[in-house]
Amino acid sequence: MKYVIIGNSAAAAGAVEGIRGIDKSSPITIISKEKYHIYSRPLISYYLCGKTDLQRMKYRPDDFYEKNGCSCLFGEAAIKIDKGKKAVLLESGKEVEYDKLLVATGSSPFVPPIKGLEKVNKKFTFMSLDDALALENELGSEKKVLIVGAGLIGLKCAEGIKDRVGEITVIDLSERVLSSILDSEGSERVKKHLESEGLKLILGHTVSEFDESSAVTDSGEKIDFDILVLALGVRPNISLLTEIGAQAGRGIKTADSMETSIEGIFCAGDCCESHDVSSDQDRILALLPNAYRQGEIAGINMAGGNAGFDRAIPMNAIGFFGLHIITAGTYDGEVFEKSDEKSYKKLFCKDGYLVGYIMVGNVEKAGIYTSLIQNRIPLSDIDFGLIFEKPSLMAFSRKYRNEKLGGRIQ
Amino acid sequence: MKKVYVNEKWCLGCHLCEYYCAYANSGERDMVKALTNLQIHPRIQIEEQNGISFAVSCRHCDEPLCVKGCITGALTKQDGVIVIDKDKCVGCYTCILSCPYGAISHNETGAIQKCELCTKTAEGVPQCVKGCPNGAIVFEER
Repeated sequence: MKYVIIGNSAAAAGAVEGIRGIDKSSPITIISKEKYHIYSRPLISYYLCGKTDLQRMKYRPDDFYEKNGCSCLFGEAAIKIDKGKKAVLLESGKEVEYDKLLVATGSSPFVPPIKGLEKVNKKFTFMSLDDALALENELGSEKKVLIVGAGLIGLKCAEGIKDRVGEITVIDLSERVLSSILDSEGSERVKKHLESEGLKLILGHTVSEFDESSAVTDSGEKIDFDILVLALGVRPNISLLTEIGAQAGRGIKTADSMETSIEGIFCAGDCCESHDVSSDQDRILALLPNAYRQGEIAGINMAGGNAGFDRAIPMNAIGFFGLHIITAGTYDGEVFEKSDEKSYKKLFCKDGYLVGYIMVGNVEKAGIYTSLIQNRIPLSDIDFGLIFEKPSLMAFSRKYRNEKLGGRIQ
Repeated sequence: MKKVYVNEKWCLGCHLCEYYCAYANSGERDMVKALTNLQIHPRIQIEEQNGISFAVSCRHCDEPLCVKGCITGALTKQDGVIVIDKDKCVGCYTCILSCPYGAISHNETGAIQKCELCTKTAEGVPQCVKGCPNGAIVFEER
């Protein structure tokens, strides 16, 4: 059996570990455009602010490939899959044959056409280690930075470089920061915090035109900058698979086994869709834990095992300048709010289930809420009043606790 | 593999397990020095209400969501024990988001903390078990 993985991030690690749980010896080949040992992409902002370094941000130990019998084709781009021949064609002209293939190609920054953007020399996206290293080269205590996009990527970038530049302005068409994961009140709290840390935020506006080192907004405001970071969103890298007829929506469609509509070809990570059990919809959940899990499930099935991916939900744990945010699920249904000056919490309940939550500030034991959503535990089985106050196992039945904590059931 | 199990019927809610845990993980040789005037951050924590109490610590799950979700690779399973590499941890709290038992917490250092069955303490065996006066916490093979 020959396994081939295109991509070298969380889903690839999951697949290698999934395969090796079953098949200890068949060769695994990993193809990656990047030349780096597997690293954690979300850590690039932590790298810039000094909370990690190139060694510690490795997602798996130095001997990962060797220990798992992987041959690495790094610095090689896969340009075509020949499904008849069962081979991956590389830009270098090489061909790599497979019996089971995993496509874990992730996503790429999306940069829409904006007038004058081509005149800007110092412009960056923020997704890969190379992006972070290129940006790092330009940092300086006098530099003015303009970040377009107040989502997870743009704001993490802002936090990462805050102490290494002069000033940072973040602009977003949305009226709210982190609009993909927070409601308006949550956004407002985070916005205040970011502003208190010295970020300048321009919300509800967009850049209509760039010059070499300035931007003009749709309201006519001129913003000078030395460095431009474009964090407007990402697009899944699905063309390798759509070209050969794999079923796709926004991302590649897979069965619970992570196999695509083409036999023998699997897909995992930011390039494929998941079934979100909190909203009962198929969507791309571009999250590292999701990517790892999908990769692992794919690997198990590629090696002849039997596993299914069926408890996906959107979920994020993120922090900015010491303010922690944990969110999960879908913001739909009846709302229960409990907030004070320091913390903000909202639970969303629908049809007798918890379907989503937002916690800003105090995020202790948030995973108990996550498990209620993921495992579809009926709220009638627990003490909702108690769990609304704070996540606790006390709110569950004694039987549940005994099973989980190990007291003998009598 | 031996794990820590709790029997809530026998738990007195005395919190001694928390103190023994904090002491064992403090690295101090003197319990008084380790605990006096400090807010402790034990890796085992008591939940209590209306006369019911029980201790909660890492279950060292067979399918550990914290390990699988860890964005840095700082959480790993070694010989059945889920351990944290504090040098690698950046304190993103994805594990706190993931743990269905609320058994992962944090302290002032920024990195997360969790029960590692005292594999890194001087004693080498769970001190919460040793400190429990009523046998409500046990360390055994099941």
